[in-house]
Amino acid sequence: MSAVIDQAIPESSATEAIVTPGKAPRRRGSGRVGRVRWPVYLLLILAVLISVFPLYYMFVIASVGATAVTSSPPRLYPGFDFFELAAKVFETVPFVQSLINSVIVSLSIAVIAAVLCAMAGFAFAKLQFPGRNALFLIVLLTMTVPAQLSVIPQYLIISWLDWVDTLQAIIVPGLASAFGIFWMRQHMATTVSDELIQAARIDGANSWQLFWGIAFPVVRPAAFVLGLITFTSVWNDFMWPFIVLKSPELFTVQIALKQLQANRTIDLALTMGGSFMATLPLLIVFFFVGRRMVAGIMDGAFKG
Amino acid sequence: MSVTATAIPAQKLADQPRPQRRRIRSSLAERIAPYAYVAPFFVIFAIFGLFPLLFTFYVALFDWNPIGEQTFVGFANFERLFADPRFWNAFVNTFGIFLISTIPQLLLALVLAHLLNHARLKWANFFRMSLLVPYITSVAATALVFGQIFDKNFGLLNWILEVFGLPSVNLLASQVGSWVVISAMVMWRWFGYNALLYLAGLQAIPREMYEAASVDGASGWQQFIHLTIPSLRPIIIFTVIMSTIGGLQIFTEPLLVAPETGLTCGAGRQCQTLSLFLYEQGFGQFEFGYGSAIGVALFVIVVVASLINFFLSTRTRGGR
Repeated sequence: MSAVIDQAIPESSATEAIVTPGKAPRRRGSGRVGRVRWPVYLLLILAVLISVFPLYYMFVIASVGATAVTSSPPRLYPGFDFFELAAKVFETVPFVQSLINSVIVSLSIAVIAAVLCAMAGFAFAKLQFPGRNALFLIVLLTMTVPAQLSVIPQYLIISWLDWVDTLQAIIVPGLASAFGIFWMRQHMATTVSDELIQAARIDGANSWQLFWGIAFPVVRPAAFVLGLITFTSVWNDFMWPFIVLKSPELFTVQIALKQLQANRTIDLALTMGGSFMATLPLLIVFFFVGRRMVAGIMDGAFKG
Repeated sequence: MSVTATAIPAQKLADQPRPQRRRIRSSLAERIAPYAYVAPFFVIFAIFGLFPLLFTFYVALFDWNPIGEQTFVGFANFERLFADPRFWNAFVNTFGIFLISTIPQLLLALVLAHLLNHARLKWANFFRMSLLVPYITSVAATALVFGQIFDKNFGLLNWILEVFGLPSVNLLASQVGSWVVISAMVMWRWFGYNALLYLAGLQAIPREMYEAASVDGASGWQQFIHLTIPSLRPIIIFTVIMSTIGGLQIFTEPLLVAPETGLTCGAGRQCQTLSLFLYEQGFGQFEFGYGSAIGVALFVIVVVASLINFFLSTRTRGGR
């Protein structure tokens, strides 16, 4: 397993996309040569349409109402009733509260985990200590064990801690991210220069100062992308919040959607409106930082 | 590049006055420091990851009711599990969905990455970002809208079929049909993401190799087979492993695809996956012991699948 991961990481891979944030990952001279023929654009546009259609269709139903599907042919362009429907979603379930809960949970995990992973990644990449390789191997192995198969004992632990139906039941277990440590270690190893660390050490800097003064500023863009990826996956997580949250005022948006689904046969537009609104915050974030996320994911392909 | 980026903080660091006598004391602290940096992960992982994993094996040996009593029953849960047709049904469903969703998805992603990998492609960033939209769309929302598209009464699919004069279908009612619907969701969610991973791999291939291939008269298709695929092997293996681990845990899609189906994913359990079966037994029936036995079985399945992946990947490497 680890052998497979190792060979997917050429250590010298290009990291310019990560180091210069905000720039497109345009690696000059890469890709096939020659003129791009029109079928290529046609197929790519088709792929884009497929990618955005379900989201668009949610919005259509949410802004037209259930008649969007019962009319023949089905309505495929949006109407004007979205805000009316949004208001109804807020009435039916505590959706504002759910949005706040989702933000609290996703943001705390994204920020804290990014810092913790950067610290661990720093230690694994730049510090010498006995047991380093063995501990890193454990990190790699944990990436391959799905968490879901031990949800029952996890639930028992949460109930012994008396954390059932609290937000920390989601936040605290979410902070241990093997993938995040792996990601940060690879970035530390390739972008933080050893000479600089040596020089600072001779100046008498301790490792805490090395981390905050030298290493972290260099990998901050990578930590940011890791935070984005973590935020997205926590925002969209369903199973674990579904298990540990019981009261509607603590639900994350995904669980609130499950509640709305109960209304689907009665009010389809309500369900679709909720679905669209559950995705909207991420879409807005994505609109502004999507380029960096694309660059980060593509860059991560070499590292993880 | 990285030197210019770090010059400023290093300067700041050097400007700080540093007391000399801290040196001796710091050596012990310095030796402990690395462990302090990795400790948060290992502490949290030990409590919420490793311990639950081991504890699953323990709970699986009990008749464990969360409110009632816990009686040791030995391997009775496993005997019951292997004789339970619902378990084998969930097993078949999980693999069926996994195969239908993964294989076409990765092929599609490969083709898409190949299309995106043009040096002179216009709107490259627009295409890349759009392809990531499914990845940021919540799984729950995805399941709800796909459930609507494939709805037996007013779904878009049935409307299209009607236009072509074909009889309408109720995909979710049948086993293979519901696999197709769930696989469609999984494919939709991940094909763009995987295409970007492959694209990253493609861009690492030197442009000269394609130029040489063009000069030699290799067609686009020949370049794809003889140049693109071999260079991408490590990333393909990586995506296959990630898809396996993710695919075997699939839970939200089958749970939410249709409102009337619930934890069994249909009256005939036609799309109940192993994760859903685990949830149904553990948190629906409060049979924590039996649910844990399902967890242990899932663990064994994931380990075996990972080993098969590993051997396949090393064998193909040896063959080259």
